[in-house]
Amino acid sequence: MISGKLDSLTALESLRARLRGERPRDAAVIVIPAGTCGRASGAEEIVAAAEEVIQEDGLADRVLLRVTGCHGWCEMEPSILVEPRRTFYPRVKPGDVPRIVAAAACGTVAEELLYSDSKTDQRIERQEDIPFYQKQVRTLLGRNERVDPTRIGDYIAEGGYGAFARALHQLAPSRIIEEIKAAGLRGRGGGGFPTGRKWEMLAAQPDGQDKYVVCNGDEGDPGAYMDRSLLEGNPHAIIEGMLIGAYATGANRGVIYVRMEYPLAIRHVAMAIEQARQIGLLGDSILGSSFSFDISLVRGAGAFVCGEETALIRSIEGEVGEPRQRPPYPVQRGIRGRPTLINNVETWANVPVIIEEGAERFARIGTPGNTGTKIFSLVGKVRNTGLVEVPMGITLAEIVYDIGGASATAVKAVQTGGPSGGCIPARMFDLRVDYDSLQAAGAIMGSGGMIVMDQGTCMVDIARYFTRFLMDESCGKCFTCRKGIQRMHEILDDITNGRGKPQDLDLLEELALAVKDTTLCGLGQTAPNPVLSTLRYFRDEYLEHIVNRRCPAGVCTALVSFAISEDCTGCGRCAKVCPTGAIAGERGRRFRIDPEKCIKCGACRDACRAGAVGVVPGPERVERKGRGCPA
Amino acid sequence: MTSVESRVDLDIEAVREIVRKHRNELGGLLAILEEIQSECGFLPAWALKVVAAELRRPLIDVYSVATFYRAFSLQPRGRQTICVCLGTACHVRGGEEVARAFERALGIRAGQTTADGEFTLETVNCLGACALGPIAMVNGRIFSKVQPAKVPEIVEALRRSRHRPALATAST
Amino acid sequence: MPSLTINGVPVRVEEGTTLLEAARFLGFPIPTLCHMDGLEPYGACRLCVVEIGEGSGARLVTSCTYPAVEGLRVRTASKRVLRARRMIIELLLASSPRSRTIQDLASAYGVRQQRFRQENEDCILCGLCVRVCKEQMMAGAIGFSGRGSKRKIVTPFDETSEVCRRCGACMYVCPACQLRCTCAEPERALCGACENLQPPCTERHDDMMCYMAPCVACEIDRD
Repeated sequence: MISGKLDSLTALESLRARLRGERPRDAAVIVIPAGTCGRASGAEEIVAAAEEVIQEDGLADRVLLRVTGCHGWCEMEPSILVEPRRTFYPRVKPGDVPRIVAAAACGTVAEELLYSDSKTDQRIERQEDIPFYQKQVRTLLGRNERVDPTRIGDYIAEGGYGAFARALHQLAPSRIIEEIKAAGLRGRGGGGFPTGRKWEMLAAQPDGQDKYVVCNGDEGDPGAYMDRSLLEGNPHAIIEGMLIGAYATGANRGVIYVRMEYPLAIRHVAMAIEQARQIGLLGDSILGSSFSFDISLVRGAGAFVCGEETALIRSIEGEVGEPRQRPPYPVQRGIRGRPTLINNVETWANVPVIIEEGAERFARIGTPGNTGTKIFSLVGKVRNTGLVEVPMGITLAEIVYDIGGASATAVKAVQTGGPSGGCIPARMFDLRVDYDSLQAAGAIMGSGGMIVMDQGTCMVDIARYFTRFLMDESCGKCFTCRKGIQRMHEILDDITNGRGKPQDLDLLEELALAVKDTTLCGLGQTAPNPVLSTLRYFRDEYLEHIVNRRCPAGVCTALVSFAISEDCTGCGRCAKVCPTGAIAGERGRRFRIDPEKCIKCGACRDACRAGAVGVVPGPERVERKGRGCPA
Repeated sequence: MTSVESRVDLDIEAVREIVRKHRNELGGLLAILEEIQSECGFLPAWALKVVAAELRRPLIDVYSVATFYRAFSLQPRGRQTICVCLGTACHVRGGEEVARAFERALGIRAGQTTADGEFTLETVNCLGACALGPIAMVNGRIFSKVQPAKVPEIVEALRRSRHRPALATAST
Repeated sequence: MPSLTINGVPVRVEEGTTLLEAARFLGFPIPTLCHMDGLEPYGACRLCVVEIGEGSGARLVTSCTYPAVEGLRVRTASKRVLRARRMIIELLLASSPRSRTIQDLASAYGVRQQRFRQENEDCILCGLCVRVCKEQMMAGAIGFSGRGSKRKIVTPFDETSEVCRRCGACMYVCPACQLRCTCAEPERALCGACENLQPPCTERHDDMMCYMAPCVACEIDRD
């Protein structure tokens, strides 16, 4: 039990030593990732099963249980990691748990439950030996494995808050800023602005007023959830980063802004702040010094634009999230008119690492000008979907093929940077992933979303998807953003519905450039990127839609038709699930889809066990009624 | 997201108290509206008027904030909220069709509530569980890898679970 | 007192002067829609954009909101600016063709076509009505609701406003209202006072004070 406020560096170190001492030596640890993904896959049942077995078999002194946040390999969850052997068990079922626990208690392994490499058919025991993990450098995600995010004791026992405490007592604020600059840390939210320089700017603001440091947890890029895993899995790392940053820049107030779509992250951050306050790591006279700092947790309310710095500030002030012009910059005038520093979650998480191991060691990973690691959410048409942490400068091919396990023949493109980013075709996958190289190719690294697309993804549909997203999320103030994106969406909608005209592409480009040029904030300025990048690399797909009224990927429903092939076994499952009764046939014979009734929902294709339902790219032959939504 | 069973009737004084509690915090009005909504299930017009009066701000300012953010609803919501994720990863795996399937199964469009007050259907732009797409979140519980063909079953199960709240709700 | 150059012409202005004010002081014309002297600049219409900076760092900013800064080099009618302005006007025509203000802008900038799906919205969401109601009339009866393509100007809950004083300022400043026909029967000499504009904060009145410029109903019909 931890009680009472720590009033000095020594007190913190004593606590740390005590907590370490309390841990049973030689005990195996069953580590179960139970972040939002894990829970959605059933991790809670696994946890319950493990608790039960440990209790009933009296193994509590030989097997410990640690429930953590995301480890990253979401595809394989619920999974179990057993320490210290680092045994990895994928896709664990509750019935497997007793064997796993028993093996852990004896220091052995349940062979039949290990991960099996599909390429070699070999069983692999250790997590580090599995291809998915081999090219990763898990500086941050690795820490998620080591702590239960709801227990500050875990964090302290692992060395947490040590970097802050030493910085507080041994380093001058300017020295800390120098260290961050030397490390070359750049904003992980996508902008890539040098973090040390930003800190310098805040430090240079006059004293004698409130100064704010903010953690931007409004991770809104669809397909990106790195920040969620850090906030859920290791909130104390963020708090420690902010303590270091506040001390270095003279800030006295902190804000962690988390989007409301992350309820577990909000809970864990709130708990972490409370626990830190209770032992005096937040509040007045921290660790007996003259440094005072506290953090408020602010919940977002469902607005992507609030990830933009000036909109974020307005949201924190309780206003509509409308961006405003810069200058003045947030660092000069931010929350309530006070100097405000905003950094992304992952940026903050890197700060204790830099102070702990030193800038030089940090900078050894990555490439010059792009140091450290970056977490990407690798999703879409890959086998190994999940979060991957890699050194900057690794190639796209290594991420998508080596780590992701995607097949080189199937992949068409990768989309990075969310709605602000662009698509990169497979032939360019030898590109290095860093801020500068991707920008030159017309994409951006963005916050880390990496969506893999195959031949079954229509690039025009993707462009349309992003403009539809931005239409809803734009704050609506700037005429060109609001109307321009709407008109881009109209044109793309026409093209995907077979109403495209040859001059549409030039108009689209002209419009996209006008929107990019004349909008106030990053949302509007980058909104054209998905359109422009798909036009650049996949123009032929656009032309196919416009000229031949055909969707090569078989996605745009107006330009495809569903048909049942000879593989049909006549089981009738498709007819049962068809919402419009468009499928008819006799048992045992090939069924038929009536194109007039078909609304192309794909339910039949999902239901068919014989793979007999195919999508034929081709022009509409009959006049269609509206989509199946009731009036 | 509200749980199925919490529906406290607020009165004017309770709303005033909520305003007083949060007015000087960072987040301010957002926190006030969030709390009112979590008590009532939505933001009743009378409550917003009380908030504006208590804050001494024009009603239109409060109304602007209430209508800007997607989290807030000015209409009563259903007892169960079904949230279909339309993030990019879910989209690429057929998220749109899942949304359409829910629309068909419930007989309403996204953003609406069924006539019997049981279900509200919404779409959201990313729940951050992208490896498991397509995703639908109901009462805080996540359904992963949802297939359009399975949607009618899911809706039926949710309807039945109305009488067994333990199944429907999940602590968030 | 910052010194800057506009279109190559050096000028020194007081701290806090906007680029729009500085350019107008020198006599350079910059079109605006959502700007009005006496109201806080808003920057919604984007029509007043000018180019600042050099080389790869050059960008467009709204002159109505951007402050004059020491050493700034401004171009009010560069190729990039004109291209942007024409597209904005094209988009405006595509949305609100019945506004004579917008039609005049189109003539002035040689915009002869609009290539989008024609809409007939009245409101371009410039926000002048909102600002005049709040800042000049201190009423705050109307404002923005929603966001993105669903953004609108309304009274709270679309209810008749209790704080609206029926002053008509909102109609007076509206660029879409100005110089346009609102009357369903053009042969009537008196303007019908926004019968089809549904001024957001008022009910229909039998005797409506009309603050609009002389009704041009007859002229528009003749075209």
